[in-house]
Parts: sequence; C-alpha cells; structure tokens
Amino acid sequence: MSLKKLCAVAIAAAIPLSIPAIANAQGAKAEVIHWWTSGGESAAVKTLADAYRSAGGIWVDTAVALGEQARSVAINRIVGGNPSTAAQFNTSKQFLDLVEQGMLNPIDEVALRDGWDKFLPETIINAVKVKGHYYAAPVNIHMPAWIWTSKAAFKQAGIAAEPRTMDELFAALDKLKAAGLVPLAHGGQSWQDNIVFTAVLTNVGGRDLYLKVLRDRDAKAIQSEAFKSVLLTFKRLQGYVDKGSPGRNWNDATAMLIAGKAGVQFMGDWAKGEFALAHKEAGRDYGCIAGFGPAAPYIIQGDVLVFPKTSNAEQIKAQKLLATVVTAPATQVAFSAKKGSIPIRTDVDSSKMDICAQQGIAIMKDKTRQLGNGEIYLNPDQNGALSDILTNYWNRNIPVEKVQRDIAAALRN
Amino acid sequence: MQLLCAIERSRAVSATTSVTARRRNAPWAALVPMALTVLVAYLGTTLWSLRVSLTSSRTFPNDDFVGLAQYQRLFENERWILALQNLAVYGVLFILACMVVGFLLAVFIDQKVRGEGALRTIFLYPYAMSFVATGLVWQWVLNPGDGMQRAFRQMGWESFTFEWIIEQDRVIYTVVIAAVWQASGLVMALMLAGLRGIDEDIWKATRIDGIPPWRVYVSIVLPMLKSTVATVFVLLSTGVVKVFDSVVAMTQGGPGTASDVPAKFIMDHLFGRANIALASAGSIVLLLMVIALVLPLMIARNKTSGGGGHA
Repeated sequence: MSLKKLCAVAIAAAIPLSIPAIANAQGAKAEVIHWWTSGGESAAVKTLADAYRSAGGIWVDTAVALGEQARSVAINRIVGGNPSTAAQFNTSKQFLDLVEQGMLNPIDEVALRDGWDKFLPETIINAVKVKGHYYAAPVNIHMPAWIWTSKAAFKQAGIAAEPRTMDELFAALDKLKAAGLVPLAHGGQSWQDNIVFTAVLTNVGGRDLYLKVLRDRDAKAIQSEAFKSVLLTFKRLQGYVDKGSPGRNWNDATAMLIAGKAGVQFMGDWAKGEFALAHKEAGRDYGCIAGFGPAAPYIIQGDVLVFPKTSNAEQIKAQKLLATVVTAPATQVAFSAKKGSIPIRTDVDSSKMDICAQQGIAIMKDKTRQLGNGEIYLNPDQNGALSDILTNYWNRNIPVEKVQRDIAAALRN
Repeated sequence: MQLLCAIERSRAVSATTSVTARRRNAPWAALVPMALTVLVAYLGTTLWSLRVSLTSSRTFPNDDFVGLAQYQRLFENERWILALQNLAVYGVLFILACMVVGFLLAVFIDQKVRGEGALRTIFLYPYAMSFVATGLVWQWVLNPGDGMQRAFRQMGWESFTFEWIIEQDRVIYTVVIAAVWQASGLVMALMLAGLRGIDEDIWKATRIDGIPPWRVYVSIVLPMLKSTVATVFVLLSTGVVKVFDSVVAMTQGGPGTASDVPAKFIMDHLFGRANIALASAGSIVLLLMVIALVLPLMIARNKTSGGGGHA
C-alpha cells in the first residue's frame, strides 16, 4: 500500500472511528505475549486486560517469564505462521528486524487519529516510527538510572542531606563506609553494571557526550578526556561495593537499602515495587534522585506492544483496539501506578502517583532532558558488546585507555 | 491349461521371494524413521547452522554471504577466547576429578561395606538433581557474604577465607567443584558395575601371589575396565561441551565475564543479541572441537577391538 493511499485510508477512517470504533470491535479477541510476570507486573498487566475488556474486547493472556524468552516465543510464532495478536518488546531496536522483514502490521490509523506525534516524547517516536509508519504502541516509560538512598542508613552515617552533585555522592559514600555500612548496594550482573555506567554517563558526561557516544558512536568522543573521566568515575564507584556483590540480584540489593544496611543503589524505577512491598514510603523511608542538577538527562526506556502481520480482519480490529486502549490516559495512569513506571504522556492526572513518579513526569515535560537508553540507539549486538566491555572493566583492573579503545572498536561495526 | 499352471507356479515362486525380501528389508524399514531423524534433525540442522554462519544474518537467516567474516569476528572477540579457555580448564579438571573421585568411591563401595545400598543412593543422588537447583545451592554455599565462609567464621574460625566465586581467576574452579559433586556419583555407578564384572578368580590369584590390593586395582583391574573408562570419558566429554546451566545458575558467567563458557556465549548471541550468524559460527566451532576430540578416540577403539568393535 502506498503512503498516499495509506494516509487516505487513515484519514477516512479517522473521522467516524473515535468512539464508535470501540463499539464496533465487540468481542475482538486479542492474544498478548508478554513477560510481565512478577507480582507488581502481573497486577499492572491486569489493568491493561481490564481496560481492554471494558472496551468490549476479549483479552487472552500469554505470559512467558523473562524478556528474552518471551521475545523468542513471539518471533518463533511469527515465523511459524501462528502469530499472537500483539507481543511485548522493549522500546528499542529489538523489533527493527521484524519491521524490515515486513512481519509487523503498522498502526498508523490509530497513531494519526489519536495524534501520537503531539504527546509522545521524541525518543519514543523515534523508536516506534520506522520509515514514517508506526509499528508499536508504547505502554510505559521506565527510567533505568535512578539513584536510591536509604534514609535509615544515611541517618546512621550522619549524612544530613541527600547528595546534589557527584562529589557530594562520593562524600556520602565515604561517610557510609566509615560508619561500617555498605556504601553502594550493587548486584554484580552485567546489566546492573550497565545501569551504573548509564547514570555516570548522564551525570558526569552530560547530554551531548551521551548522544555522541551512544547514538553517533563517535570514535573521537569515545577517545576524549571527558569520556575517560566518565569511565574513571564509573570504576571509582566499584570501590564502594561489598564482597557479596558479584552475581547478586537487583532486588536483594534493594533489600539492603530497605534494611538500612546499605546507603545507595543505582537502579531503575521498578525498584519502587520492592520498597512498596516492604511498606516503605518515598521521601520518608527512601529517597529518589533522578539526576544531579536541573539539566540532568532523564533516560527513557520502556515497553511497547508490536502487532504481527495478519490479514484477518478480526485480528486487525483487535490490534487497533489494543493500540487505542493501552495508550489511553486512564489506562496509562493505572498501569504505571502498579508497574512503578511513568505514563508515556504528560497530559495525565499524576496527583495520585508517588513523589518519585511525579518528579519524573515533571522532568519529562522538559524535552531537552529526554534521552533514550542504549538499546534505543544501539542494536542488540552492539549493546551486548558494550555491556561485555563495561562489566569486564568493572570487575577487572584494565587500563582505562584500553577500555576506550575496546568500546570504539565494538561500536564501529 | 498347462500355460495357466506355469503362470500360477511362477506367481507362487515370486510370492515366496517377495516374502523373504520383505522379511529381509523389515529391519531396514524399521530404521527409516530413525535414519530420517538423523539426516534431517541432526545433519540437516548442522548444515543449516553452517550456512547461517557464513551469512550476515541477525534476527532472521538471510542470504547475504560474507564468507568467514563471522568466524574472524568470533576469534577477535575476547569474551569468546576467554570462554574457550574456561572450557578447556573446566573440561580437563572436571573429567579428571570425576574419574578419580568416581573410581575411588566405587572401590570404596566394592569393599563390601555395610549399608552399601544406602551409600550408593547417597553418592548417586546429586545426579538426579537438576543442575539449576545444584548450581543455586552451590552459589549460596560459596557466597562469601552468607555461605560457608560466614558459617566457619561464626563457629570461631575467624580467618577462614574462601572467596573463589567472586575472584576473576578462580571462579571457574567453583563451577568445576559443583559439577564434580554432581557427576562423580554417576561415574561411581558405572565403575562399580565394571568392578563387579571382574572375575573373582583374579582376586584369588593375586591374593595367592601376595600382591597388595591397591596394586591390583591400578595394574590389573583398571586396564580391564578400559571400555568402561572410555564410556565414562565420552559421557563426561559431552557434558563438558554443552556446559551451560551450571554456569548460568551459579555465576551467570560472572563476575564480569570471568566464568563464561561457549554455550552461554552462543545462547546470548542467538536470542538476546539477535545475532544468529555469530552464534551459529560459535556452535560450528564447538562441533569441530568435539569431532577433533572424539574421532581419534573412536578410531583408536575400533583398531584395538579389531575393527568390528562396539564403539
């Protein structure tokens, strides 16, 4: 279908579609493959299912534990000719190959009708829009590089205020260490090392360097003094972890903050789920820092639903209804409140969300602070190679110059 | 009439020949499904992997052939080289330790100890457990923060230190320890079966000659168990090449990438990193290594058993 024809169809469809579309889709059955399986996650996905049901559809839940597994199930079913109605992917390049092979249905009709371009952050538009067509419905925004602090540990170490700069953070870590606490609660798994790196790159390197390294893969920026100091700061943080760190799960690290045994953790906003389970309240028991200073970038990652190619009219109807429902403001707030993420749009009522989420939504209103995570700019292979180098640097004594060379080489192809 | 009879007779003859032919062909016919499985499922997919490994495929196989570029990239990758080194260390130590421990356990039980049945069950029991569970338990035991180290220190041995699982250069040994713990029971069972097959008269003869038992085990019994040892070796070797679950459960390949193994590298690239061409190249390299290891062994065994052996 040519672009012109598609636009004509979309515009023609947009006029009568807004409300009657939902009524028309009576009984549209949608099977959704996803990996929202933990306690908070399944509560969150239930809000999506409920919203879809009350819009008149039938939700068929296919939950597969672990993202990698769920994605390979979705891909195998597409290749095998028995695709689901929709499948969860991360807001990233993970589904780019599917788009290029023509295996997904575009949902331009919904996107144009609802005016996605008007309310979606640019980073997300860049991820879901390929060659002018929308191929995925964004579900939420996670910010992976929050800095969490334990108020109990800070009190015990005699730290009066939350750190506001990187130097203050290191001063706080030193005080925590002197008080016999674990300064930095860290799970030594490569993706968690990567989160620490992301936080350092945004807070020490800043927006321009971040984009030059991860988006432009600029060898000169990677070899620069500024990037070197990012790597050195990253490595310096490693000196504040405890011996039990290697292999630790992220939620066990969060538990150390909850128990007041450790002071600081770098982790995504899904950590709020752990605090909530332990009946801890943001601002009272724990602190959340999105970044240092008023210009600190806010990293965007998250989940989307993609819609495998089908010519079945019922299924296409279900796909459109799904895309409409998950991006609707009410669903957005309900889902994110359970998931610990923030909505994909800022035109929602955030008053019922916790103070960290409110802080995130406020920052998101400033477009110059929005940045994508590594997965948005790099393909999975480059991202994996970068993560291997970083985790090696974190764990071994490697000269920083070699790390710079290795990163430049890994991102070249 | 005569003609009719002749035809009838020839028909009968041909019927009997076809019956014998059918009878002769029946075993082959029964083997067809298996042969097809081997050809399609094993050989076919191997050739498919080889083909994919020569392309630039990412999430999906494509036809863009790039020669040996993936192999070049593979061997320029430090993580892959480290994984191969780890596999070599793991393989040698795991097979040696399993053989020695398994043989000693078998000899121990062969002394007609009391409660043999119970001991056999205990030694073999780890093998019945999934390695994911085993790996997790060992991870807890070896964790310096809350495992064995802490237990010993609480019991008063303040200086006790065993932190291999978090040390870059030693972590692979902890995987060996856990794997040996699991697999040596199986080796014991096989060796014990072999020991029980040794003729009692040999023992009587050596006793008359006054040869010490350890000498009998080393110089007489062990050489007689050659085929058992070879079987054990092949079994353990396949376990080495495909080692994956234990590493994932115990260390996730960490700290960093220090305990990475080829199978984990391949799985990571196959799914998480959407690079099936590089993953296929890795698996072809693994296959070549297995062939290089097993082929000489099979040839040697065929030679010693006069060509028609049971290799």
